[in-house]
Amino acid sequence: MTIDALRAHRVSDAWSVFDAVQAGPDGLNAFLSTDRTAVGNATGSLAGVPVAVKDNLATLHMPTTCGSKILDGYISPFEATAVRKLREAGAAIIGKTNMDEFAMGSSNENSAYGPVRNPVDRTRVPGGSSGGSAAAVASGVVRIALGSETGGSVRQPAAFCGIVGIKPTYGRVSRYGLVAYASSLDNVGVFGATVHEAALGLQVIAGHDRFDSTSANTLVPSLVPDLGTSDRPLTGLVVGKPREYFPASLDPRVAERCERALASLVALGAEVRDVSLPSTELAIPVYYIIAPAEASSNLARYDGVRYGHRAPAADLGTLYEQTRSQGFGAEVTRRILLGTYVLSAGYYDAYYKRAQAVRSLITQEFTQVFASGVHLLFTPTAPTTAFRLGEVSDPYEMYLSDIFTVTANLAGIPAMSLPVGRIDGLPVGGQFMAAPFDEATMLRAAAALERVLGAEAHQ
Amino acid sequence: MTNATATTTATSDWELVIGLEVHCQLKTRSKIFCGCHTSFGDAPNANTCPVCLGLPGALPVLNAHAVELATRASLALGCTVHETSVFARKNYFYPDLPKGYQISQFDRPLATEGAIVVGHDAAGIPRVIRVHRVHMEEDAGKSVHDRFADVSAIDLNRAGTPLVEIVSEPDIRSAEDAVSYARRLKQILEYAEVSDANMEEGSLRVDVNISVRRHGEQTLGTKTEIKNLNSFSAIERAVDIEFVRQCTVLAAGGIIEQQTMLYDDKRQQVRPARSKEGSHDYRYFPEPDLPPLRLSAEYIAAQGAALPELPPARRERFVAQYGLGLTEVEQLVVTRELADRFEAMAAAAGDARRAANWMLGPVLAAVNASGQPLSAHPVSPERLGALIRMEASGELSNTAARQLFTMLEQQDGDPLELARGAGLLQVRDDGALVGWIDEVLAENPAEAARFLSGEKKLQGVLVGLVMKKSKGAADPKKVNQLLGARAD
Repeated sequence: MTIDALRAHRVSDAWSVFDAVQAGPDGLNAFLSTDRTAVGNATGSLAGVPVAVKDNLATLHMPTTCGSKILDGYISPFEATAVRKLREAGAAIIGKTNMDEFAMGSSNENSAYGPVRNPVDRTRVPGGSSGGSAAAVASGVVRIALGSETGGSVRQPAAFCGIVGIKPTYGRVSRYGLVAYASSLDNVGVFGATVHEAALGLQVIAGHDRFDSTSANTLVPSLVPDLGTSDRPLTGLVVGKPREYFPASLDPRVAERCERALASLVALGAEVRDVSLPSTELAIPVYYIIAPAEASSNLARYDGVRYGHRAPAADLGTLYEQTRSQGFGAEVTRRILLGTYVLSAGYYDAYYKRAQAVRSLITQEFTQVFASGVHLLFTPTAPTTAFRLGEVSDPYEMYLSDIFTVTANLAGIPAMSLPVGRIDGLPVGGQFMAAPFDEATMLRAAAALERVLGAEAHQ
Repeated sequence: MTNATATTTATSDWELVIGLEVHCQLKTRSKIFCGCHTSFGDAPNANTCPVCLGLPGALPVLNAHAVELATRASLALGCTVHETSVFARKNYFYPDLPKGYQISQFDRPLATEGAIVVGHDAAGIPRVIRVHRVHMEEDAGKSVHDRFADVSAIDLNRAGTPLVEIVSEPDIRSAEDAVSYARRLKQILEYAEVSDANMEEGSLRVDVNISVRRHGEQTLGTKTEIKNLNSFSAIERAVDIEFVRQCTVLAAGGIIEQQTMLYDDKRQQVRPARSKEGSHDYRYFPEPDLPPLRLSAEYIAAQGAALPELPPARRERFVAQYGLGLTEVEQLVVTRELADRFEAMAAAAGDARRAANWMLGPVLAAVNASGQPLSAHPVSPERLGALIRMEASGELSNTAARQLFTMLEQQDGDPLELARGAGLLQVRDDGALVGWIDEVLAENPAEAARFLSGEKKLQGVLVGLVMKKSKGAADPKKVNQLLGARAD
C-alpha cells in the first residue's frame, strides 16, 4: 500500500508541491539547487521516483555546497556511491536539500543559505542538520530523501517533522562522496514518509563499496518489512527500555507518547524489559570532543588553494586566514577551534584519548544489552518537539537536543525515528536502536508500530 | 668561516651525534590510496583523481601492493613487522598538501627495531646502526615557484605516492658513517626491489638530525634537522659543516636552537629554513577513514620468503664461497646486478678469483668509460667466462686476453673462434716454436753464437725476438725452455 503511494508520486507531482512550498518569504527553503530535467529510469526498484539528496552528498549535475559559503557553487567531478545507487535504481534526483553548514547543527539555522522552515509549523525549525531533506519529505515534495547523521541529524529532524528517519549501522552504507564532518561518526541516512518507503530507500543504498575502507563487507538482507496478517507480529521480540533515556526531567508529554508506543509494542506481542545504559550521560561531552576533533581535520582542506571560495590575499598565511574566516560560519568555526584544541599537544590525552575510552565503554554497554537477549531498544528521539526559529541561541542548550541520538553514532549501531504522537500539533518521535547490522528487526518493529499507531500518531 | 686550527680546537671537545630519517618511494604502479599512476615526469596534475586531490567526499583505500613492499622493506632492514599497525593523520597547512593532513603512521608503525651494519672495525667487529622504526605514509605534492611570474603553481602528481619513512636511532657518530648508513640502506632497498631508491628523482630523500655533546656525556644535545639531502656527498658535507657550526656556537658559549636547516650545495652552506616557527603541533590522531592495518603472521612470513638474498648475506657468502677479501666483496655486491653478473662470470669461468679481477678491473673500467649501465655491456658473462678459462689455461697471454676482450666488446661470436682467427692463441706446438727459434738464430748469427757459447743473459733478448716474430702468439714459457735447452 505504501509502496503504491510511492509509485503514484511522480516527478511532476514533486514539482507542483515544490512550487507551492518552496517559494516566497515563508517558503520552506528546503532546497539549495534543483534539476528540473531529472526523470529517472524506467526500470529499477525506484523507477521514476523523485528523490531529494542532502547537499553534502556529491552529485555530478548540481552543486555540492554543504550549506557553506566556502563551497558556494562547487560542482563535484564525481558522484557519491549512495547517489549513484539511487540513480541506478531508477530514481530521479530532483534536488539538493538545505542543511546546517557542514552538517553541524540541530536546527537547520546554521546554513549559509538561510534557515529551513518546518512544514508542520513554519515558525519552527525542522531540526538539523538534515532539515532540508526532512522538510522535503514532510511537505510532500518527495517521499524519500537522503540525509546524513553524525550525532542524530536524520532522526532528530525526522522527529521534528513527523516522518521516518533511519541511521543505518556504521559501514552499512558507503560514505564515499559524503562530505566528511566527523568520519568515524558520519553515516548516510534515509528519510521516508513511511517506514516502508524509508526502508526501500535504505535497501537501495546499502551494501559494500570498495571505495570506502570502512564499508562493511556484509550481505544486505531484505530490509523492507513484511508483517503478514498477524495481529501480534512482534511475538518473541524483546524491546529494552533504557532508564537513562526516560529521566525524571523528561517532558511528561514526550514520555507519555513514548509509553503509549511501548504499550502498543506489547500489544503487538513484544516483551518490554527495563534495561540500563549507565554511560549515556557521558555521550554528549564525548561527542563534542570526538566530532569537532575529526571535523577540525576534515575541514582543513578548505583553504582556498584548489577550489571553493578564495579570499584575495598577498601572502599565504593571509590567504588561509581570510578564506576560512570568510567562508565558514560561526558554528563551524566554533567546532574547528574546539577540535584543534582537544587534539593539540598536551591536551590530547586529557580530552581526545579519554573520550575514545568512554566511547568504547558506551559501545560495550550496548553490546552487553544486546547480548543479554534484548533485540531492540526504544526511547524518545528528542527531548522536545520542534522549537521556534531563533528560540535556542545557547550552543550548549542546542547540543542537548541530540542527547538521545548521539549514542547510536558513538556505538555505530543502527537507529531510527518514527512518529509516535503529537503535542500541540507538533510531532513527537520515538526511536528504535538495534544491534549492529540488524536493521531488518528494527524496521519490522517500526512498521508494526506504525501500523497500530497509524492515524493516532499524527494527531 | 673559522680557520683550520680554530676549527680543530672547537670540534675536538665535542662528540657528533647523528640520526637519519630516510623517505623512500615504494615501487608501485599506483598511488597509496587511489589508482592514479606514480610515474615520474608527467605533465603537471596529469596523475590525479578526487582521492589524491582530497576533494570533498573522497576516501582513501589502501594499496595492497604498497603494503607488500613496505613489509618487505621492513624485513630487509631486520625489523619486526607488527601484525597491527595504525594509520594516523598528521595535520598541517601547506599548499601542496591537498587534505590539510598527511596520512602517515604515528604511535603504532608498521615495523620497529631493525639494524644496518655500516662496516667493520679493525678487529673485524661489525659497526651497527639501529633502525628505530619503519612506517608507511603518503607523499605531498610539489609547489612550483619558477613556472609563472608572481604566482606559485601546485603540481599534485606526487601527492599520494607511497613512501616508507625509515628512522634510525641516533647511533651515528661521523659523517662517513652517516654516508655508509645511507648507502647501505639504499643498497638493501634496491636489492629487495621495493624501491628504485633514485636520489636524483627524489625516490630516496634523506633528512639528517644532528646534535653534539661533550665526550662522555649521555644525554643528547639540542638537535637541528637538515632536510632533503639528495646525494651522498651532500650528506657528508652538510654534516661536516653543521658539526663545525654547532661546535663553534657552543665553544663561544652560545646555545643551539632547535630548527630546520637547509643545505646549499652551491654555497657550501647550512642555513636555517625560512619559516622560523615554534615546534610544530601536528595534532596526530588515528585516521578514521582507514581501519587498522592487520597483517597475519603468515602474510609477513610470505613477504620475508619473497625477499632475495640481501647484501649482508651475500657478502658473507662471497667471502666463504669464493675466498675473496672483504674489500673486494664490498665492491662486488654494490648492486644486485653487478653481484649477479659476477656470479654468472665466476660460474662460466670456473675461477672466481680471476672473475673478480676481471669484473673489478677491465669490465668496470669499460662500463664506466662507456657511460652505459652494466646491463648494456656487450660481453655476456658466458663469453667473458670463456675468455677467463683460456687465460687461466695459458692459451691466452694477459696481453692477448685484453685484446680479445676489446674484440668481444666490438663483435659477436665465439671467443675461441675469434681468438683463433686473430691469431691470439698462444702457440705451444714445438714444431712452430722451433721454426721461429731457428729463424731468429739464423737472422742474428752474432748474438746466436754468443748465446750458444754460454752468454745466458742474451736469452731474454732472443725470446723477445721470437715473440716479436710470432706476433705475440708464441708461449713465452715454452720458448724459454726450448732456447735454454739449446744453450746447455
